[in-house]
Amino acid sequence: MDSDDDFMSPVSSEDDILPDDSDNDDMSGAEDFDFDDEPDPDLGMSKDFERKKKVAYDISFKVFQPTDIQRQQDELVNEVNMILDISKEEAAILLRHFRWNKERLIEDYMDRPHQVLEAAGLAQTAARLPRLETIPGFVCDICCEDEEGLQSFAIKCGHRYCVDCYRQYLFQKIREEGEAARIQCPSDGCNLIIDARSLDLLVTADLADRYHELLTRTYVEDKDCLKWCPAPDCQNAIECGVKKKDLDKVVPTVSCLCGHRFCFGCILNDHQPAPCELVKKWLKKCADDSETANWISANTKECPKCNSTIEKNGGCNHMTCRKCKHEFCWMCMGLWSEHGTSWYSCNRFEEKSGTDARDAQAKSRVSLERYLHYYNRYANHEQSARLDKNIYIKTEQKMVQLQKESGMSWIEVQYLNAASQALQTCRQTLMWTYAFAFYLARNNLTEIFEDNQKDLEMAVEALSGMFEKPVSELSNVKVEMLDKTSYCNKRRVILLEDTAQNLAEGLWTFNVELTGAAAPSGPSARR
Amino acid sequence: MASQKRIAKELADCTTNPPAGMSISLANDSDVHKWHVVLDGPPDSVYAGGKFGIIVSLPSEYPFKAPVVTFATRIYHPNITNDSLGNICLSILKPENWKPASRLLAVLEAVRALLIEPQPDDPLEGRIADEYRRERKEFEKNAKTYVTRYAKGPVKFDVLAAAAAAAPASNTSS
Repeated sequence: MDSDDDFMSPVSSEDDILPDDSDNDDMSGAEDFDFDDEPDPDLGMSKDFERKKKVAYDISFKVFQPTDIQRQQDELVNEVNMILDISKEEAAILLRHFRWNKERLIEDYMDRPHQVLEAAGLAQTAARLPRLETIPGFVCDICCEDEEGLQSFAIKCGHRYCVDCYRQYLFQKIREEGEAARIQCPSDGCNLIIDARSLDLLVTADLADRYHELLTRTYVEDKDCLKWCPAPDCQNAIECGVKKKDLDKVVPTVSCLCGHRFCFGCILNDHQPAPCELVKKWLKKCADDSETANWISANTKECPKCNSTIEKNGGCNHMTCRKCKHEFCWMCMGLWSEHGTSWYSCNRFEEKSGTDARDAQAKSRVSLERYLHYYNRYANHEQSARLDKNIYIKTEQKMVQLQKESGMSWIEVQYLNAASQALQTCRQTLMWTYAFAFYLARNNLTEIFEDNQKDLEMAVEALSGMFEKPVSELSNVKVEMLDKTSYCNKRRVILLEDTAQNLAEGLWTFNVELTGAAAPSGPSARR
Repeated sequence: MASQKRIAKELADCTTNPPAGMSISLANDSDVHKWHVVLDGPPDSVYAGGKFGIIVSLPSEYPFKAPVVTFATRIYHPNITNDSLGNICLSILKPENWKPASRLLAVLEAVRALLIEPQPDDPLEGRIADEYRRERKEFEKNAKTYVTRYAKGPVKFDVLAAAAAAAPASNTSS
């Protein structure tokens, strides 16, 4: 099948192995899987058609660095500044007010400029550079100081306060409350917003830096198609067009220039193939103690009289409740007195009340076992991925060692790095396949899925095994390892393509409700 | 300190020219950051005839941070917690609305206005808010019962003592 070539294309495989190896700023398409693995030979003109078909799960994305983000904002501000003939400060405040929706701003402003200015906190206009003033007889309304020569400041509204109070106010807002875009005049009831230029005049350099940082942050946070890379110390933002309502159809995994791979939908680490909502359910299930309850119902019974929970700790079926002294048979839950001494032939076994109790017990036991089956595999891969990470750290030492011992060059030992990266990503995927499988209702597709899962798992374990060989043997298995690495990556792509396609087409059936769009945890409310 | 001068001025304004139906004093003379306010239940409201103790605590960052206002006297009201804490929901006190130029006088006026006109759409006690909206008669009856039970006699500001005293008070007053 020629689809194999697709899998080995530099786009899908190389980026998976060495996500940060690219000098190219534009990472779009790195995860843009090619789903047509059965190309139709008859449709020579099908390129456009395929493009259209792909839109449903198009998860192309771009990585923006801090300078890009600043530049984009500046461009928008300049544009609005020119179109609407207002100062850059005002343009910036208006844009933030309109959550950086330039079109809506311009349209609204053209229609009713005064209302727009008022709503954005730009009511009065007086074209004057902000400056400090000393006014005779001035009393600061905040601190009630009235000494001679007190420096004071006011923005356009004219509400004048002493410089110290103004500074204290801004410090409080920026440092304590993390506010930037909507800092209003300190006057009661005045909603005029303090612009960046006034702020720069008043506060110390580091506070101004923080202020601008917060302003930049609002740009990313206001835009639904932008999200910060959640990796620690990473300042990049990712742009991706996948909407919240599509999250039941697609798992929008993106990878930042810093190498961090995460889901654009929920910001958690890459959790392909499981959709966000299943991930949320799964993590909740694993985190809360609902399984404790399961254990209790699988291992204990309730006293038929007082309902105290009882764990059987001895062999005898003649139970006496510690609390109410009720005597009953553990087997059939019936009264012990009716058993006489012949408990072992428990003749009340078929009684209705007894069967119901036993059915409920059996059911909960099965569900517990099912959960544990998936959980153990999930947890195992999670742990193995952690261990593999340790190996990754040791890899570098191994590579140096290998260069010394076998006389290989740096580039020749890169296969170890590639193998280590592959292990990480594949385990990450395997881990989530088990959470995914837990929620999967059985049908023909699940068999294919399980086969794919099994293949990937075997390949990963084989590669993992090779990795643990002593350094002296590593150079002998180079070719084998290279093959295994690319095989692992290939199996992973196959598995993910299969699940993603079925997800996009709505072919999976889950044993829980997937609401998708009905989970509106929209952008966090801004103050 | 800047805040000392401001607080002293506000206190002087409030004591020489107190807002309607209120008397204001310091919890103890050495600390201007804790005020005791006795508020007479507004005449045309269900709280008429009651005397309510209100504690106003000014944070050290005042006036850059909003004061904290609590009811020391228990009160049956949609926007005030129905417990010994007496927390109050007042938009002017929220961090995003508080301005350093806002005055305590305005805060106290707002509290009084809240007694005259509760805001059931922004409740702290959902059940009382519901009752206020749907069964006004029942609400008024309950509010008045609370007034006779808790808001008669000398006002106590020690929240814990007030809470402790409140329980037996129900026996003696009803």
